Amino acid sequence: MRTTDLIASAVSSTFRSKTRTILTILAIFVGAFTLTITNGLGTGINRYIDDTVTSIGAEDVMTVTKTADATNGIADTGPAEYNPDSIASGQPGPPGASVIALTPDDIDTLGGIDGVLAVDPTKSVSADYIEYADGTRYVLSIGSLIPGQTVQLAAGAEPDGDSPELQVVLPVSYIEPLGFDGDDEAVGKTVTIAVTDAERTQHLVEATIVGVAEPTLAGASSVIPNAALTDALFSAQNTGVPTDEQQRYASASVTFADGATDEAVTGLKDRLADAGYTGTTVADQLGSFKTVIDAIVLVLNAFAVIALLAASFGIVNTLFMSVQERTREIGLMKAMGMGSGRVFSLFSLEAVFIGFLGSAIGAGIAILAGTALSAALSGALLANLPGLTLIAFDPLSIVWIIVLVMGIAFVAGTLPAARAARADPVESLRYE
Amino acid sequence: MKAPIISVTDVRKSYGRGANRFDALRGVTLEIFEGESVAIVGKSGSGKSTLMHVLALLDQPTSGSIELEGVDTTTLRGRALNRTRNKTFGFVFQQFFLTAGSSVLDNVVLPMKIAGVGRAERKRRGMAALSQLELADKARNKAVDLSGGQKQRSVIARALVNDPRIIFADEPTGNLDTSTGGVVEDILFELNREKGITLIIVTHDEDLAARCDRRIQIRDGLIIDDEAVAA
Repeated sequence: MRTTDLIASAVSSTFRSKTRTILTILAIFVGAFTLTITNGLGTGINRYIDDTVTSIGAEDVMTVTKTADATNGIADTGPAEYNPDSIASGQPGPPGASVIALTPDDIDTLGGIDGVLAVDPTKSVSADYIEYADGTRYVLSIGSLIPGQTVQLAAGAEPDGDSPELQVVLPVSYIEPLGFDGDDEAVGKTVTIAVTDAERTQHLVEATIVGVAEPTLAGASSVIPNAALTDALFSAQNTGVPTDEQQRYASASVTFADGATDEAVTGLKDRLADAGYTGTTVADQLGSFKTVIDAIVLVLNAFAVIALLAASFGIVNTLFMSVQERTREIGLMKAMGMGSGRVFSLFSLEAVFIGFLGSAIGAGIAILAGTALSAALSGALLANLPGLTLIAFDPLSIVWIIVLVMGIAFVAGTLPAARAARADPVESLRYE
Repeated sequence: MKAPIISVTDVRKSYGRGANRFDALRGVTLEIFEGESVAIVGKSGSGKSTLMHVLALLDQPTSGSIELEGVDTTTLRGRALNRTRNKTFGFVFQQFFLTAGSSVLDNVVLPMKIAGVGRAERKRRGMAALSQLELADKARNKAVDLSGGQKQRSVIARALVNDPRIIFADEPTGNLDTSTGGVVEDILFELNREKGITLIIVTHDEDLAARCDRRIQIRDGLIIDDEAVAA
C-alpha cells in the first residue's frame, strides 16, 4: 500500500465513527489548549522581561563596584575599619548600605583589565525637584542611560549622548502634573531641575525635554538626562567639594565585547574579582526573576501535560474500540496481502491524526482566546504594565506543542495498533 | 498432462496441545489443476474451512507441504507471501466483508490499494470489474445500501479486480435466496469457463457442488471422496 493511500485511509477511517472521534479530540483539545495558554503566558512574560532588559541595561554592559568586606558597618568578626572612600550606594541593596567609591585610579585600572572595552563611571546625582514654568515642584530621581541602552518612548527622541545641549527625557507620569497638555506638547520645552551641593546651596539647571518615556517594569519614574546634563548636575552637586574629592563614583559601567559567551562573561567577572571589583550584568540582576517565572510556567505546563496524558488514555480506548469493530476488515486486508507493518502504520496514523486534530484545534482556539484575553487585560487589570502582552505566541513553540501532542498520540496508539497488526486473518474471518 | 496449480501432500493441521489437541486435518493429499472448478464439501467441523485456509496460505499446516505452481510455499515469507496472496488469490466470503460506510468502488479497489496501484489505474480497473458485474451504476453508493445479491456481486468484483489465478469462495451463496444465489453461481462459473480462473468453492450445498468439475468430500479431517462430477 502506498504511503499516501495509507494516510488517506487513516484519515477517512478516523471520521467513520464521528461521535467517538469528536469526543476523543475534545479531550486532547483541552490538554493542547491548556498547554498553549500556559506556554503563551511564559512566552509573553519572558518577552516582556527581555524588552525591559534593554531599558535596564544593554546586554554587553556590566555594572562594576568595588568589593567591600563589609557593607553594613559590622563585619562578621567585629566592627569594620573606617574607609574614607566609602559613600552611600546608588545600587539596590539594604537601606544604609554603603559601597567603597571608585576613584579615577580605579577607573584606569578597570580600563586596563583584559576584555574591558570601555569604562563609564556612573555619576549618581540626587536632585531635589523638577519644575516647569514656575508650576508645582515635584520630587524626582535621576536615572542614567549607558551606551546601548534604549528607552521605550511615548513621544520625542532619545537623549543625545554626544550633544552639548542639556537634554532630558521625562516619564509619562510627570507630563500632566508639570502642566503640559500632552506628551507631544512637552517635547522641546525647558524644565528646571534643582540640586543641592555639599554646602547646602541649591543650584538650578535648565534642560530641554527631548522625549517622553513609557514607564517600564524597572525605573518607572526616573528622569533620564543626557551626558551633558548629567555632567552639569554632577558638577553642580559637587560645588565646594575639593577637586580631588569630586571624582568619587558608586559604580561604573564596563562595556565588553558584544555577543560574548557566558564563559567569556564569567572570565571577565573572575578577572574583575581578582582585581578587587564586583561585576554584575543585567542578566544577573534579572536572572532570579526569570527563574521564578520559568518555574511557574513549568508547573502550569505540567498540569497541561497531565491533562494530555488523561486524553491519551481516551485515544487508547477509541482505537481499541475501532480495532474491535474492524476485526473483519483487518482480517480481510491481511488475507488480501496487507503486511502487519502496514496495518500497524494504518492505526498509528489514525492515532496521530486524532492527536493532530485535537492539538491544532486546541492551539488555534488558545491563540484566539489568549489574544483576546491579553487585549482585554492590558486595558484593565494590567494597565500599569504598559507593553505587556500577557499571553504571547511564538510560532515555533506552537509547532512544538502540536508535534508533542502528535507524539503522545502515537505512543498511545501503539498498543491498539500492535493488536491490530497481530490479528490472525483466519481468526478474524471466522464465523459460524 | 497439465502441471497442477496447487499440489497438497499429506497436510495435517492441529490446534491446541495435549488432551485439548484437535486435529482439523489428518493427512490430506490432493492436486488442483489450472482452470478446474472444485467443490470442497463436508459438514461443519469436518475441516473443510481449515483446508481452504491452508490452500489460500492464510494458515500454515502443522506438517505436510503445499506447492503453488511448483513452488514450496513454506519458502514464502513476509512480503513475498503477502504479494503472492495479493496477486494470485481472490476471495468471496459468505459474510461479504464489505466496509459498510465506504462506497462500492472503494470496496472493490481495496486489493489494488493494498498492492500499491495508482489512483487513476485503480478507478479504471475497478469500474471495469463493476461493469462486468453490471454494478457500474452503483459505484458511488455506500456498500451498506446494496441488496444481498448486489453485495455478493461487489465481492466478486473485488475478488476479480487483481486478475487472480484462483478464486476461493467460502459458502458464496449461503446468505442469498435461491434465485440471487443462482445468479451469483452463474457469474462464478462463467468466470471459470471464460477466463480460466480456477475456482475453489467451500460449501455444504450439494446443488452447488454438483455444478463443479470435481467434488471433494471431507469428513473428520480426511478426504473420503474425490470424484469428477458428470456435468
